[in-house]
Amino acid sequence: MKPFLREKIPVNFEDIPETTSYEAGYLVTKNAGWRNVRPVIDTSKCVGCLNCYLYCPDGVIFKKDGKVAVDYDFCKGCGICQKICRLGAIELEAEK
Amino acid sequence: MAKQFLSGDEAFAYGIRLARPHVISAYPITPQTIVVEKLSEFVEDGSLKSEFIHVESEHSALSCAIGASSVGARAFTATSSQGLLYMAECLPYASGGRFPIVMMNANRSTALPWNIYGDQRDSLSQLDSGWIQAYAENAQESLDLALMGYYIAEHKAVSTPFMANLDGFVLTHTYEVVDVPSQEQADEFLPPYRTENKMDLSNPKNLAFSAGPDTNSIFKYKEHIGVLKAKSVISEAEQKFETIFGRRYTGLTENYKTEDADYILITLGSISGLVREIVDKLREQGEKVGLLKIRYMRPFPNEEIAQAVKNAKSVSVLEKDISFGNEGAVYTNVNSALQKAGINIPTSNYIGGLGGKNISPQEIENIFAEMKNGISDIKFLGIGGV
Amino acid sequence: MAVNAKTLNETEFFYGHKACAGCGGSLAVRIALKVLGENAIAVLPAGCMSAVGFNFPQLCFGNNAIISTFAGTASMLTGVQAGLKAQGITDFHAVGFAGDGGTADIGIQALSGAIDRNDDILYICYDNEAYMNTGIQKSSLTPFGAKTTTTPAGKNIHGNIRPKKNMFEIVAAHNIPYAATASIGYLNDFMKKVEKAKNIKGTKYIHILAPCPTGWGIKTDETVEIAKEVVDCGLWYLAEYENGNFTLNHKPNEFSDIEKYLKKQARFRHLTDDDIEIIRKSRDEKWKYINKNFK
Repeated sequence: MKPFLREKIPVNFEDIPETTSYEAGYLVTKNAGWRNVRPVIDTSKCVGCLNCYLYCPDGVIFKKDGKVAVDYDFCKGCGICQKICRLGAIELEAEK
Repeated sequence: MAKQFLSGDEAFAYGIRLARPHVISAYPITPQTIVVEKLSEFVEDGSLKSEFIHVESEHSALSCAIGASSVGARAFTATSSQGLLYMAECLPYASGGRFPIVMMNANRSTALPWNIYGDQRDSLSQLDSGWIQAYAENAQESLDLALMGYYIAEHKAVSTPFMANLDGFVLTHTYEVVDVPSQEQADEFLPPYRTENKMDLSNPKNLAFSAGPDTNSIFKYKEHIGVLKAKSVISEAEQKFETIFGRRYTGLTENYKTEDADYILITLGSISGLVREIVDKLREQGEKVGLLKIRYMRPFPNEEIAQAVKNAKSVSVLEKDISFGNEGAVYTNVNSALQKAGINIPTSNYIGGLGGKNISPQEIENIFAEMKNGISDIKFLGIGGV
Repeated sequence: MAVNAKTLNETEFFYGHKACAGCGGSLAVRIALKVLGENAIAVLPAGCMSAVGFNFPQLCFGNNAIISTFAGTASMLTGVQAGLKAQGITDFHAVGFAGDGGTADIGIQALSGAIDRNDDILYICYDNEAYMNTGIQKSSLTPFGAKTTTTPAGKNIHGNIRPKKNMFEIVAAHNIPYAATASIGYLNDFMKKVEKAKNIKGTKYIHILAPCPTGWGIKTDETVEIAKEVVDCGLWYLAEYENGNFTLNHKPNEFSDIEKYLKKQARFRHLTDDDIEIIRKSRDEKWKYINKNFK
């Protein structure tokens, strides 16, 4: 199961579990704010080799239509994908 | 039921076998060793179907038990003294995670100086670890606590690990006639462990996580409530226990001739047997004396103690512990109970039995005699006041 | 079918975590879990990966996962596998992810015990060569010469004065069923090793070098290439231990420049020519040994 964002943030007494045990993969915050640059995929150059998908420490690059796309909610903009792409299909654009 | 001649350690091992733990993590330490030896024999002869793990330290012993409990297994380990201190990091881990492990601790002095004999400084130093703490008086109670420990610890309202304490050598190595219940009776008493607090392949969970300042105290509050709720669950367990096994226990404390007593001695563990004899002897001489035995240090019997001593003229605490620079831990707790109940009588603290030193009948008689002085004092038995 | 980027389980099991950008350790955990699949039960001690993945209510493991005590990765894994086995559950993979300090320092006793018992667990050490979670202090896997916050580089002492502990061969000396070294610069090799370990009963150990941009003083986009370079210059190697034998999986024809590798990183920038010569010599000694003893 892939962890995903939830609406409910358990902070009140009655929402806190009795034990230190909770549903796996329960996300309440994004990581998008960490980013200075965003990787942008040039799908005309991407051949779907999946090297960027494999080497992404955050797993935010996913397969899409034989190529790849980025989950910008959780990309931290480390730039590993851009460096590993042999075809120059990933550009890093400054976040405004 | 079958009568057997067993030591306290052996009796506890028989109790554990009846509880059918899934996992036993074993590491030897005097005077606990007989428990894990006996359990290994039970596994060998096929009378106990447990994963028996030869861990390489006490830290791993409890860490392994926590791991087993984290997948919903019933886990057991045992330790003593230095071993308890070596695993100390894992104690609040088990209680904070609400893992209902049962652990036997053979009460033994802690170094330095080195000493393998009994006192209660090991377990009493861990009162704040979040565990339920019970103290057995004899071998029968040891066996019975092994079974009741799981019932109490695993109760959904409690979900707290259970430490059963047996006085080193005096109890662990002394042989008595013990009633060993049948497996059918034990199964009738103790239901299988069922919990949501586990890693489950069909319902994945993240366990033992961090909780920051905003939620941390809520987790701790709930943990505290869990230990407090053990009070009523202990009573429930003892009622069911009596129905099935015919033996009756008395909750967090046991009162002996306290009702009309002017002078009450409060004790913990196996020394209570001797105190009971002295109470009988002094009663024959017309002295209005009584014994209050504490069976559970956590949850602490505040109300029970206050109720038992409210008409007394003076009470003393005889304990095998000293919190250096202050007084014995039991004494501190007892005074707190009296203060909260508005009972203002002299209380004295007698620290004895350290490193296994014998406590004589005469010393106990002297304590009762000194209570008549109407003063509060802290004394090392056989040495003097401080 | 060989496990590679195309065949790898598409589910992400370690997601939304708060590891630093470009973290090598998180990449190792992510890839290992994708190879092991949803029946992995992960045990992580106090350390980077637990600190970034388990902050209630932000819980970043999609599979079953638990934090252990710092010293207790292996012993908790033992309990997990024993507890499941005792309940008749067998279709799981108990996997531990501990850092270099959690493995080679405080956790080595429990790890040794688990290997001795041959418990059915996979222990993965993600080695970033220092206590990074507490702010870059020396561990016994910090290499010679590295500057950390407890091995400062000054005029008198040039960083860490002791070589890196040989954890791989220490583990192998237990006669463990399977042990391997890996690097996040060579993920295909790592995935193959995790896949192999997944199908072996008993204790398995994989030691993966996982650079930390923060602690090593490199840019966040350099993690993977530095992890490749450390293998190419011969300061790390990709090997396996199985059935009593050591096998080298990747033999560089010619080592790349060791000085270039070192000077890219802020932690080594202070090294003198003499220091670098010591490192070069110790590398050559190591490879003499490897060439003689590894197949």
